[in-house]
Amino acid sequence: MEQNELIVMRDIVKAFPGVMALNHAQLTLHKGEIHALMGENGAGKSTIIKCLTGVYERDAGEVYVQGVEGNVFNHSTEDAQKIGIATVYQEINLCPNLSVAENLFIGREPVTKLGTINWRAMNKKAKEIMDGLGIKIDVTVALENYSLAIQQMIAIARAVDMECKVLILDEPTSSLDDNEVEKLFDVMRDLKKKGVGIIFVTHFLEQVYAVCDRITVMRNGGFVGDYSISELPRVKLVAAMLGKDFDDLAAIKPEGTQEIDPEIMLKAEGLSHKGTIKPFDFEIHKGEVVGVTGLLGSGRSEMVRCIYGADKSQTGKEYMKGKEINIKSPLDSIKEGMAYLPDDRKADGCIGELSVRDNIILALQARNGMFKKVPRSKQIEIADKFIDMLQIKTASRETPLSQLSGGNQQKVILARWLCTHPDFLILDEPTRGIDIGTKTEFQKLILQFAKEGMSVVFISSEIEEMLRTCTRMCVMRDGEKVDEIEGDMTQESVMSAIAGGEK
Amino acid sequence: MDKIKKLTKQQLFLPFFCLLIVLLINLIKSPTFFNIGIQHGVLYGRIIDILNRGSEIAILAVGQTLVVAVSAGTDISVGSVMSLSACGTCMMLAGYGVNSTTHLAVPMGVGILFGIFLGGLCGAMNGALVAKLKIQPMVATLILFTAARAVGLLLCNNQITYIRYEPYKYLGNFIPGCPIPTAIFVTIAVIAVVSIFLKKTALGLYIQSAGINSRAARIAGINSALICFVCYVICGLCAGIAGMVASSRIYSADSNNIGLNYELDAILAVALGGNSLGGGKFNLAGSVIGAYTIQAITTTLLAMGVSTDQAPVVKAIIVVIIVVVQAPTFKEWIANNEAKRKALRAEGGQQA
Repeated sequence: MEQNELIVMRDIVKAFPGVMALNHAQLTLHKGEIHALMGENGAGKSTIIKCLTGVYERDAGEVYVQGVEGNVFNHSTEDAQKIGIATVYQEINLCPNLSVAENLFIGREPVTKLGTINWRAMNKKAKEIMDGLGIKIDVTVALENYSLAIQQMIAIARAVDMECKVLILDEPTSSLDDNEVEKLFDVMRDLKKKGVGIIFVTHFLEQVYAVCDRITVMRNGGFVGDYSISELPRVKLVAAMLGKDFDDLAAIKPEGTQEIDPEIMLKAEGLSHKGTIKPFDFEIHKGEVVGVTGLLGSGRSEMVRCIYGADKSQTGKEYMKGKEINIKSPLDSIKEGMAYLPDDRKADGCIGELSVRDNIILALQARNGMFKKVPRSKQIEIADKFIDMLQIKTASRETPLSQLSGGNQQKVILARWLCTHPDFLILDEPTRGIDIGTKTEFQKLILQFAKEGMSVVFISSEIEEMLRTCTRMCVMRDGEKVDEIEGDMTQESVMSAIAGGEK
Repeated sequence: MDKIKKLTKQQLFLPFFCLLIVLLINLIKSPTFFNIGIQHGVLYGRIIDILNRGSEIAILAVGQTLVVAVSAGTDISVGSVMSLSACGTCMMLAGYGVNSTTHLAVPMGVGILFGIFLGGLCGAMNGALVAKLKIQPMVATLILFTAARAVGLLLCNNQITYIRYEPYKYLGNFIPGCPIPTAIFVTIAVIAVVSIFLKKTALGLYIQSAGINSRAARIAGINSALICFVCYVICGLCAGIAGMVASSRIYSADSNNIGLNYELDAILAVALGGNSLGGGKFNLAGSVIGAYTIQAITTTLLAMGVSTDQAPVVKAIIVVIIVVVQAPTFKEWIANNEAKRKALRAEGGQQA
């Protein structure tokens, strides 16, 4: 091991039932370096990290960590923390019912002379840490009161505060907005100066080039290459990830302006949900793709949840194809031909222990009702069809959903809705945490659905993605629908609409 | 070898295996264990005894399995509800305030249906508390755990009501001319009805979805609260039926003793069957096997001359072993060790 190497992983092998997750993968991290780990869904990024941090135990291979003798075997995340490896995972693993300060110091609370927890010191230190990150919040309030983004920052703050020499960030930015990402980058650069090595997993190419020094590319559980950022331009990086030359993203842009079908699919008048979204009107035509944009917490998710009935609307009226409908629960909207892909995949989408097949047919079964069971042969047929169509990577259709990678789980949830043949499809952040190749696939699918007459509402944090697919955009700010823009939309015009007059 | 491995991976393998071991020990200790004879025109033997006496636990386990799966909690009121149902039936049959009767006040069917209905009512109350008011299952069912026996006692005017009417004894004993204990038929019927219902409708999928992630299930169009409620009602009905069998055995309603500690056996049966008490996926057959395993242990101990007072100690030790062997962490540990050994062997092979 060389002087400035922090971590060297060689020939790591990890097999899961039916899948070779890591096949002689490798990773080298130097001191004071931000190292991007890139690859498509299922390339093994998360797996190699989990092998390092002790979540999984590797089947074979060597791991060397600076300052530790010999081949390192971490059996738990605690072991990894002891040798200075801290991790922030894609899905937030904190305790929502505990206060921010408690979450920051859980397991290492400052104690008084009597051995009890020194609350005052803990809260004070927590406040200092959060202030240091430029986040002004009340640290004594339970974590669940804060947005996903703030929670993510707290998870990072927790990892950073634990005197680590290696910090692993597994897609920490997927739920952050631009400002927050910038804040995070500042923190990362700061740590880099202090000599901490950072492994950064992300799907956003811009972010890689904004902050990273080196890139390790993985594909299908194997190692593709370790490059310095200057020797690998974007196109080459994408090509390395996909293993082929990449057809330009811009190629899928809709050809010219499309004619809009005069038939109105769904109309909402004055819907609202107390505390989350103020009364709004909404209209979508047949075959139209409408975007909903705004910052995190601006009410964009809350608006579609209200339309779908995930949060019951307390005021207003809703019409589907001209007929007034009364939505009391999601089941009502499913029966009316709606479908909703929620943004919080883990909490609102996945039934983890059930098989891929069960997860796919769930909504269809719910619409049919309990007493009209979808025959097993039909279930198999549907599941196989969508596994094939969406190219879901799974060992078999009977594999529990929780064993699939994040992007493939997302595809399964999408399949769940597609098999109900909805007229009106709501996609809330369908491409979050999904690799770039699949993202393009998703966008192509959306346009194809629209062509077939489906109306689609599309929400994404990436404005570019929405520009490519949407004909019209609703702009949300502070729980209110403030504007609607159409026609010549550019990144700038949308951004200034989001920011409103203040910017 | 591969076939054996496939077999051991089945969820039902361990419950079966445990039951087999208990039976095997019996066979070694007393070779006459599996003997079945006929005395006074009915079947007689240890095995018959286990099947007969295990009926109540098996019936309770069916309902308990669904409750555990859907709400990740247990219904601890089933034993008391058994007692309440029995009291309700006896009160109906004898008439209020009568403590011993040879003539029925209402037809027997009405009395029995009333008892089962009471069970369903208790289940509905538990279900409403858990599904609608979101009270923790153990706390919600604690109410009836303590109250149901007292209500039963009230129904029977604070005394033990005897039904000295021959057909009332059929359910817990024998129907004249049939050598097989009636309770076995009742158990088969309950299991059959519930499993056919689960197979023919999507209830099983609904229960598992709601039990694993009720929020996601709701978004996907499943009325999680209603499904939860239904499971508790089914559990209550099962308790009612078990109460009928227990009451018929002693042709009376002994409020303080019917179904005493049965809730624990029922929960244990679910766990022994390889079902996670954390809810989600479930296997009805496992629970039923678990129920008979418990009864087999109890019967064995009593047959070996372990006194009734000490039997629970031995039972506890056996149960601890079985539960540990089935624990996912333990299984993982075994699997990991095996994988490591295999990897070592493979490496050795490569080097050679």
